[in-house]
Amino acid sequence: MAKLTRKQIAWRVAQDIPEGAYVNLGIGAPEMVVNYLPDDREVIIHSENGLLGMGPTPPPGEENPDLINAGKKPVTLVDGGSISHHTDSFAMIRGGHIDICVLGAFQVSQSGDLANWATLDNSRPPGVGGAMDLAVGAKNVFVITDHCTRDGQPKLLEKCSYPLTGSGVVTRVYSDHALIDVRDNSFIVREIVEDLSEEELREITGAALVFADDCVTLKTPDL
Amino acid sequence: MIDKRVYDFDSALDGMTDGATIMSAGFGAAGAPQELLEAVLDRGYRDLVIISNNAGEGERGLIRLLKEKRIAKVVCSFPTSSNSEVTKELYAAGLLELEIVPQGTLSERMRAGGAGIGGFYTPTSVNTPLAEGKEVRTIDGKDYVLEFPLTADFAFIKAREADRWGNLTYNLSARGFGPTMAMAAKATIVQVDRFVELGEIDPEQVITPGIYVDRVMEVEAS
Repeated sequence: MAKLTRKQIAWRVAQDIPEGAYVNLGIGAPEMVVNYLPDDREVIIHSENGLLGMGPTPPPGEENPDLINAGKKPVTLVDGGSISHHTDSFAMIRGGHIDICVLGAFQVSQSGDLANWATLDNSRPPGVGGAMDLAVGAKNVFVITDHCTRDGQPKLLEKCSYPLTGSGVVTRVYSDHALIDVRDNSFIVREIVEDLSEEELREITGAALVFADDCVTLKTPDL
Repeated sequence: MIDKRVYDFDSALDGMTDGATIMSAGFGAAGAPQELLEAVLDRGYRDLVIISNNAGEGERGLIRLLKEKRIAKVVCSFPTSSNSEVTKELYAAGLLELEIVPQGTLSERMRAGGAGIGGFYTPTSVNTPLAEGKEVRTIDGKDYVLEFPLTADFAFIKAREADRWGNLTYNLSARGFGPTMAMAAKATIVQVDRFVELGEIDPEQVITPGIYVDRVMEVEAS
C-alpha cells in the first residue's frame, strides 16, 4: 500500500493554497509547503516572529542570525516583505488576517479539535509557542500528519486524549493516506491514495469516516 | 539635557536586586540581550523571575543563568529547543518552575501591562488546559478567556540604534518582543549596536520611542 512521503503531502497542501493567500506555516513538515507552491501563484508567507513576506532559505554563507523563522532557522524576506513586532504579528494571527495556517498534529478529532503541543508525559517541559493563537485565529487550519503514530495508533479520533491546542478549529487534514475535510462533526474523505480501499482506511482511523460522493484518488508527483 | 546613554554595565543595571522580575527580549538568539543577562550573572543576582519567549538555548544568556541556578521561574511560551538540555534537566529535576503562556497571549499581556489595560479577553486557549481556572466569557457567540497584564521590574532589550533620548531601531526579526517589553517594565534597559546623534533616526523609522526607554548602552557583540 502506497503511503505519501512528507514531501508529497507538502506538495498536495501547496496545490490548495490560492493566489493572494496570507499563509502561516508551522514548524517541521509544514515548512516544506513553501517549496511546492505553483510558480504562477503569488502567496505571502507569515512567520509568527514578525515576518510577512518570508522568502526561502538563504544560500550558505548568506545567513543572517537576526533573520530567522518560527523554527529559528535562517530565512530571507521577499521584495515587499515587512517586519512587525510580536504583538502586531499575533494581532495578524488572532485577528483573522491569516487565510491559512498549516500545522502538525499529535491528534485530530472529528469535531476539529487539535492536539499538537503536549503529550501525557510530564517529565519533559511542554511548549505551546504560537500554536494556540494560530489554531483559533487562522481562517483555515490545515493539518499535515501521518495517519497513525509510529507504533500504529490512529491519530484521527472521535475525541483527542492529549491536551488540546484548540477546539473545533481544524478544517482539513492531509495525511499520508488521504485528504480529509472536517465538517459537521465528521471526517469526510475527499481523496484517498491509490491501492488503498475504503475499508483499509477505516481500519487505521479512530473515528467514523464519510466518503464524499466525488472522492477521488490522491495523486502526487514522485517526491 | 536628557541623556539616557550609559557606558558600563554597573550603570546599566542600577537598581537590580535578587528576586527581580526581568523581561528578556529575543526569539531564540535573535534579539536576545545576552551581554546584559551575563552582566546580571557576573554580579551574582539570584532568585530571578524571567519573562521571555524561550527559557534559554545554546550557550549564552539565559542558559548561563539557568546553569548557575540563578533563575527561580520562567514565564514563557516555548521553553526548550533542540539545544537547551540544561532547561530540560532542571525541569526534570524539579528545580525550575515554568509558567507556559501562549505566545500571542504572552505578548498581549505585556502590551496590556504597558498600555494601562487591566485585562483582556482572548479566544486563544479556550477549552485547553491553559485556560483552566480562568474566567471564560461568551461575546457574540464566541468564547474568550480573561487574561491579566504582565509587568516587570526590568526589561532587557537588544536594538540596533539608539539616540540619547532612547529612540530605538531594530534589526529584522530581532525586533520581536522588544517594543512591547519596553512599554511594560519599570526600567527598560537597552543594549544597542551603536549610538547615533539625536535627529539621525528618521521620525518615521523610530520603532520604539524613547518615552519607553530608561537606559541605553552600546555593546559590542561578544
